[in-house]
Amino acid sequence: MDLTYTEEEQDFRTRLREWLAKTLPELPARPSPDDWPGRRAYDLGWQRRLYEAGYAGLHWPVDAGGRGATPTQHLIFLEETERAGAPYVGANFVGLLHAGPTIAAEGTAEQRARWLPPVLRGDEVWCQGFSEPDAGSDLASLRTRAVRDGEDYVITGSKIWTSHAEVADWCELLVRTDPAAPRHRGISWLAMPMDAPGVTVRPLRTLAGSAEFAEMFLDGVRVPVANRVGAENDGWRVTMVTLSFERGTAFVGEVVACRRTLGELARAAKANGRWDDPVLRRRLGRLHGEFGALWRLTQWNVSEAGRSAGGVPGIGGSVFKLAYSHARQELYDTAAEVLGAHSLSLEEEWTLDRLSSLSYTIAAGTSQIQRNIVAERILGLPKGR
Amino acid sequence: MDFQPTEDQRDLRAGVRDLLAGRYGREALRASVDTGAPLDRALWRELGEAGFFALRLPESEGGVGLGLPEAVLVFEEAGRALVPGPLVATHLAAGVVPGAAAGAAVVTAFDLDGPLVTHLGEADAVLGVSGLPAGEPVRSVDPLTPLYRVAAPYGDGDCSAYRDEGALLTAALQLGSALRTVELAVRYAGEREQFGQPIGAFQAVKHLCARMLVRAEVARTAVYAAAVTGDAGEVAAAKLLADEAAVRGARDCLQVHGGMGFTWEADVHLHLKRAWVRAEQWRTAAQAQELLARELLVSAAPVGPVG
Ligand SMILES: Cc1cc2nc3c(=O)[nH]c(=O)nc-3n(C[C@H](O)[C@H](O)[C@H](O)COP(=O)(O)OP(=O)(O)OC[C@H]3O[C@@H](n4cnc5c(N)ncnc54)[C@H](O)[C@@H]3O)c2cc1C
Repeated sequence: MDLTYTEEEQDFRTRLREWLAKTLPELPARPSPDDWPGRRAYDLGWQRRLYEAGYAGLHWPVDAGGRGATPTQHLIFLEETERAGAPYVGANFVGLLHAGPTIAAEGTAEQRARWLPPVLRGDEVWCQGFSEPDAGSDLASLRTRAVRDGEDYVITGSKIWTSHAEVADWCELLVRTDPAAPRHRGISWLAMPMDAPGVTVRPLRTLAGSAEFAEMFLDGVRVPVANRVGAENDGWRVTMVTLSFERGTAFVGEVVACRRTLGELARAAKANGRWDDPVLRRRLGRLHGEFGALWRLTQWNVSEAGRSAGGVPGIGGSVFKLAYSHARQELYDTAAEVLGAHSLSLEEEWTLDRLSSLSYTIAAGTSQIQRNIVAERILGLPKGR
Repeated sequence: MDFQPTEDQRDLRAGVRDLLAGRYGREALRASVDTGAPLDRALWRELGEAGFFALRLPESEGGVGLGLPEAVLVFEEAGRALVPGPLVATHLAAGVVPGAAAGAAVVTAFDLDGPLVTHLGEADAVLGVSGLPAGEPVRSVDPLTPLYRVAAPYGDGDCSAYRDEGALLTAALQLGSALRTVELAVRYAGEREQFGQPIGAFQAVKHLCARMLVRAEVARTAVYAAAVTGDAGEVAAAKLLADEAAVRGARDCLQVHGGMGFTWEADVHLHLKRAWVRAEQWRTAAQAQELLARELLVSAAPVGPVG
């Protein structure tokens, strides 16, 4: 058990810190959270700067266009960018954190060459078309059909809760290619261009009032067969790779962000006198301990994945996701206690964050589903009938 | 950075697990409960010979010369096996109180708030206190942790130098107990049938078990990290989270066991009662939370240590 950094890693940290100190002040003003085209431009601009400075795809394999950096360097990157208050991955979330890694792990050489560089350069945005109105937790019951016609699939169906679909260029899309096969067998994983004829995106309003996700209607959309990642009808296995990235490593940077927020919260409580309430103070202290432990759990999981073949995160991601999503909600409930009645104002950033934290126990697999996974796949309890 | 146990550390843990399984397995545990003899001097000495107490004493002083991470792994195993006795205080006394390192002496400490002290009747010394104070036996909730009430003035200042290490090693015991109760619950849930299937197939039971594991895993990384860094805040967090994992884990385990869980026969209550005792030792939840809260205000950038 070793938590120290090598000289090389320290150097990496120092150079990154210097670069951030120089670059962050040059960034344009952040767009409002509701302005998705503005956010897309902003997030891609940040990604381009990372790319030019050699920080894009830090932990991706070199043959996928990444830098092949060690997991530790990736963690240092997350610590330092967050500490400096650098922009969040935002619109690049799907491309960078799970569609990209899936293509890197499962795609052909041509597919990697086609899709990965634009993600790293900040040219293209991806979204995730997995869920359907009748297939959320029960993802394998999805019904969107893809019928082969020559060199194309012709796709009909609909998707829902597709985050930032409005501004995406590509969609990692799950479709049913063999309706006769058992549920998990007849699914394929496709890269669908969002500007293909027949794709209609209708924004959905979230409880935070923003249009962060959308419904997607697919009506005779033609997607080349060459856009399929993995074999036909083997999409469920590919999906498991995507989900293990989504649950295993995609939230890593956010833990650091929560730790920073907690420090700000404590100072705000000190300033407005709420700090003198021992119940609130201890709650903050407890959260500090918990987020510290979650960061250590991240380091544990990452160094474990670093030892495994392929770097695909292990099932421990579900343990992390469960603990983290609840702690995050507790954090923003505590923020509301610090703010008192001001927490009713949407002008407070913490209020918006509190609203968005409500999705953490639902998106990327609900807590109930994660508990099923932990119980059945880690603890080996019998499957229910 | 490679935050995984080394091969030597894994071997050490496996060795201790084997030793305890052979020397203090379930039958021995139940026998000490039945006879009401919480402390077995012969076992104590064997633990001493295995290096349990002298683990962190330099080799030049006859110790094993290992560090806190190794001690934590060893204590985790003792927690799993529910080994009774003032393990932490005696370990801390190695090199300070004659005989402690070898397991020839039993050393307790004023590690509880107030006038109560554990194992005073069996102890040869109290950590940081000269002479052995007199104490009145008090009926203890844990059958294997006798309690004594000592007349004022009772010392505390004297063991404050050991508070962090004591809290960390106690957290490791709690962690072992928490992981053990997950195993007990999972095993029972796979065996016990109701409504024609193992109760573990019911989601309500499954989810209880999953929650237990999540708490234990978060505690585990906190305990290991604190052992590596020795940072006071991380130690406080480790104690807080491990106490919770042990206490709530034992309660959930009891629930999974149903009526059987409420019997003296099942081991669950022994884990719960010991976890309650340990939660009061060295650093309570309130103390840990206050320490962590203070730290939030002083650290300008509360992000993991750099370098
Ligand atoms: C902010 C946000 C962004 C999202 N972004 C995307 C996206 O970009 N792409 C995408 O594809 N999807 C996205 N989703 C969808 C998300 O993955 C689903 O909402 C989620 O998987 C749950 O599915 P559901 O909403 O159909 O709920 P349901 O499956 O209908 O579940 C409803 C309730 O029943 C419980 N439940 C269901 N089945 C079980 C079971 N077997 N055992 C116990 N309890 C059960 C659930 O835990 C939940 O409490 C997003 C969701 C949110 C909130």
